[in-house]
Amino acid sequence: MQSRLLPLVLAAVIAAPAILIACATAPNDAEVNAKATSMLKASFKEQGQAKLDRLDQDDTQKVCSEYAGRAPPKDVAERIEKANLATIKWPADGKLLGDWTNGETIAQEGRGMQYSDDPKGPVGANCYACHQLAPQELSYGTIGPSLYQFGKLRGYTDEIRKYTYGKIYNADAYSACTNMPRFGHKGILTEQQVRDVVALLMDPASPVNK
Amino acid sequence: MRASYRRAAQGVVCVFMLGAAAALGQGSAVDEIAKYRAALQDGNPAELWEARGEGLWKQKRGPKNASLESCDLGLGAGVVKGAYAQLPKYFADADRVMDLETRIVWCMVTLQGYTEADAKKGPFGGPDRKADMEAYVAYVTSESRGIKMNVSLRHPKEEEAFRLGEKMFYFRGGTHDFACATCHGEDAKRIRLQDLPNLTQTEGAQKAYTTWPAYRVSQGELRTFQWRLNDCFRQQRFPELVYTSDASIALTTFLARNANGAAFDAPAIKR
Repeated sequence: MQSRLLPLVLAAVIAAPAILIACATAPNDAEVNAKATSMLKASFKEQGQAKLDRLDQDDTQKVCSEYAGRAPPKDVAERIEKANLATIKWPADGKLLGDWTNGETIAQEGRGMQYSDDPKGPVGANCYACHQLAPQELSYGTIGPSLYQFGKLRGYTDEIRKYTYGKIYNADAYSACTNMPRFGHKGILTEQQVRDVVALLMDPASPVNK
Repeated sequence: MRASYRRAAQGVVCVFMLGAAAALGQGSAVDEIAKYRAALQDGNPAELWEARGEGLWKQKRGPKNASLESCDLGLGAGVVKGAYAQLPKYFADADRVMDLETRIVWCMVTLQGYTEADAKKGPFGGPDRKADMEAYVAYVTSESRGIKMNVSLRHPKEEEAFRLGEKMFYFRGGTHDFACATCHGEDAKRIRLQDLPNLTQTEGAQKAYTTWPAYRVSQGELRTFQWRLNDCFRQQRFPELVYTSDASIALTTFLARNANGAAFDAPAIKR
C-alpha cells in the first residue's frame, strides 16, 4: 500500500511549485485596486455635461465604495458623518421652509445631470423614484423609506425642520454611505429648491402630511 | 410572425391603459403591469433580429469579402451553439478577456478586414438606422437558449476581470454618488413601479443576466448587454461607458459569472 502511495506523494511534491506559480499569477488586492483605477478613466469618455471628473471620487465616495454595500464600522461612519455635516450651508436668513407646491414639482422631476439631459433644462430631485410621499402619487419607488406623513409623525418642530434641511442637503451627514444623493453639497439642487422640498415634507398644508 | 406583431401592438396599447389602472390604486396598477408583461411574452419581434443576424453572419462582407462563419467564439472556430453561455472568457489569440461584442469586433477585424473603428461604429441602432451588431448579437445569443450559464474564472485574467467587475459594481461616483449597487444591491426594491433585480444574489443575477439581450418595446430595438450597461451608467450620471471597454467587459464578467447555473433564456422581450 505504502509503496503504491509513494509515487502519488512524489507527484504532488513535484507538482507543488507548478501550483504555486499558477497561484502567483492570480492578482492580489493591491494589484486589482491599481488596475481598477487605470481601467476606469480609459473606459469612459466625456459626453455632454458629464465630464471625466465625475469619476474622481471624494473621500466619502471612496470609503463607501470600499465597504462594497456593507455598513462601515462605527468609527468610520462617525468620521464620514462629521465631515459631511461640516459641508452643510445653512440658509443665511435662517428660513428653512419654502413652497411645497414647488417641492412637489422637484420631487416629481427625474431630469437633470445625465449626459442626455439639456444642461439648461430642469434639474429635479426625483424623490418619488425611491420614496413614497404624497398619497396621490401611486408610482413611487422603495429604495428609500416611505415619507408619507413625514412632518405629521415627527412633529412640526424647529429641530425636525433643521434635520430635514440638512438631510436633503447632505444625507451622509446623518447616515454614512446612504444610497441617497447629497443634493445640496453636490450642487444638484439650489438652496431654494432644498427649502421647497423641506416644505413638501414639513408644511402641515402639504399633501404629504394629509 | 404577423400574429406576433399584432400581439406586440396590443401590448403597447396596454401601456396607455396603465394610467386608468393607476386610478384604481397601486395594487391594481402593479397587477396591470404584470398582465402587460405576460402579454408581451406571446410574440417577440427579436426573432426578426435573430433571422437577420444569421443571414449577415453567413454573408461575405468587408474588405476581405469573408463571412463570420469561422469566427471562434470560444468553443472553436465556427461553433456558435452554446458559445454565449460561456462568455466572457479569456482568448489566447487576443490575450484578453472578451465579451461577445468585443469578440465579434475581433472577428470582423481579423476575418473580414474591417478597421477596429469601423467594426465598432454605431453598435446601437436608432429609428432611422438598424445596427448590424444588434442583429449579430441576437443570432449568436439565440443559439445559447436553454443552455446553462457556465462562465469560467480558471484563467488569471478571467479571475482579474471578475474582481475588477466587482469593484466597478460598488464604485460610487458622479454628482449623485450612485453605484450599480445603489439600485441593484438589495432584494425587492423598485424605482417608481419598476422592479429592480438584486444582482448580488444568485437568483437576481440569474434572472436578469439570462434575459439580456432583449427587444425593448418602448424603443422598438433589440438591445445588447453593452447597451444595457451603457444606459445604466447614463442614468448614474457617469460619463459615457466606452463600447467594449475593459470596465464593460469586467462588469459583464462579474454579472455573467454570478448567473452561472441558470439556463440562458434570451433574446427576451421587455417593456
